[in-house]
Amino acid sequence: MTNFAQNSRAVHTPGQDDAGTCFNIQDVNLYYGSFHALKDIHMDIPARQVTALIGPSGCGKSTLLKSLNRMNDLIPGCRITGKVELFGEDIYAPQTEVNLLRKRVGMVFQKPNPFPMSIYDNIAYGPRTHGVRSKVKLDAIVEHSLRKAALWDEVKDNLKKSAMAISGGQQQRLCIARCFAVQPDVILMDEPTSALDPISTSKIEDLVLEMKNEYTIVIVTHNMQQAARISDLTSFFLLGEMIEMGNTDSLFSNPTDKRTENYITGRFG
Amino acid sequence: MRGLFLASACVCIFAVGVICYFLFANGLPFFAKYSAWDFITGTEWAPLRGIYGILPMIVGSFLVTFGALLLGAPIGVLTAILMARFASSRVVRVMKPAVALLAGIPSVVYGFFGLKLLVPFTRNMLGGNGLSMFVASILLAIMILPTIIQTSEAAINAVPNSYYEGSLAMGATHESSVFRAIVPAAKSGIVSGIVLGIGRAIGETTAILMVAGNQARMPTGILAGVRTLTVNVLLEMGYAADVHRESLIATGVVLFIIVMAINFIFSFINRRRVVQ
Repeated sequence: MTNFAQNSRAVHTPGQDDAGTCFNIQDVNLYYGSFHALKDIHMDIPARQVTALIGPSGCGKSTLLKSLNRMNDLIPGCRITGKVELFGEDIYAPQTEVNLLRKRVGMVFQKPNPFPMSIYDNIAYGPRTHGVRSKVKLDAIVEHSLRKAALWDEVKDNLKKSAMAISGGQQQRLCIARCFAVQPDVILMDEPTSALDPISTSKIEDLVLEMKNEYTIVIVTHNMQQAARISDLTSFFLLGEMIEMGNTDSLFSNPTDKRTENYITGRFG
Repeated sequence: MRGLFLASACVCIFAVGVICYFLFANGLPFFAKYSAWDFITGTEWAPLRGIYGILPMIVGSFLVTFGALLLGAPIGVLTAILMARFASSRVVRVMKPAVALLAGIPSVVYGFFGLKLLVPFTRNMLGGNGLSMFVASILLAIMILPTIIQTSEAAINAVPNSYYEGSLAMGATHESSVFRAIVPAAKSGIVSGIVLGIGRAIGETTAILMVAGNQARMPTGILAGVRTLTVNVLLEMGYAADVHRESLIATGVVLFIIVMAINFIFSFINRRRVVQ
């Protein structure tokens, strides 16, 4: 346990700008009923960087991701102990407004999940939920968000078209644009390209690299090349434990833990 | 085995075909003797004098159904939303059988309930003799609730949870996610439920007959009596003969066409929205 703490401290130092720590995760344990899904997690996730969570299926990486915007609240029997701070605020504190938390910490899901409504209404959904009524403002938000998601040129003439009618890759970018529209600080991505073709995947990866100028990105991925391509930091999970976290380059070229090495060289998983 | 399935399907189609055929075969000859226009637009119903105008009944059917929807649709849809997304599983375990039971109560029992409770209550509180469009609508509203609730609930439960999660993940509350992401996605199913409810309401006979007063004249107000197309047939079929009898079958034809038209209009609207 102590060496995780050391790891998390070590992560802070090299080669990062001064945007500070976004998530400070301390001593987090998470249970689904009697199943111990996350064990003594200590981790600092820096702001305005891309942090990748990797590991074999069932290692807890998605669970950790969901605990960052409390989507795990929806899972019956899920219990969490320890502390998760977002810019210094404990997000599991009783006075935390979960809706405001989720407004600040957006999420992109594994399978694109646009609403069965028009492209425009999909993007306007979040702002409308948070009280924006003015058509002029909504128009501006929709255009801005779609431009940022590199989708504007493809859909600008069809904003009234159903979001269900565009391709899977476009739907996923729409979901990312939908996140932008509520102006979050953080965007969590849960294997966002696992259902997409290679071209759509590379578009989303390009997008992620641009997004980190404005947002903190935490991405769960099964694809180690993807983690290597787009993340600044990588954290390796196994059986509910965080084994190792470090700069992506050094973690992939020179892992300190044998298990990390075995995983990234493809010996299991 | 396949033959058995086919045969079962054929029974169903055959039944529909035969019903259509006999209804029209028996109903249409009437229009050779009596102008269809006068029949549908005539405001006087006096079979003994050979005057057959069913406009009051057409209007009556529509008004009673409309009243039932006005009351039943919102209650039904909101109940379905409650059962699908708000109530605890314990509450749902009680409500589901209760709703199913509501569907299983015979019309005549509803009629008694209306006659013994709603009619006197209306007479005492609102005036008139109680046998009225108002009571008929309330009774029908209760009768169409199970149809609307069951269909809407199934439609709401069929909405992928990913819509709900997507909405929550943008910071929407539970209520707003349900009403703005889930319910709109279930809209076509909910509309189907309401259309089925309309079909049930417009076709209901016995319970209405017991509480609606059944005067064959243009409805004069919500506390006045009203006669619907179905009641018109049921009331007089027992003793009608010759042209009078044919006129009642023709009334059935009109009712049938109205129900078909409503179904077609709604399925057309639904389909057009899906294409869009």
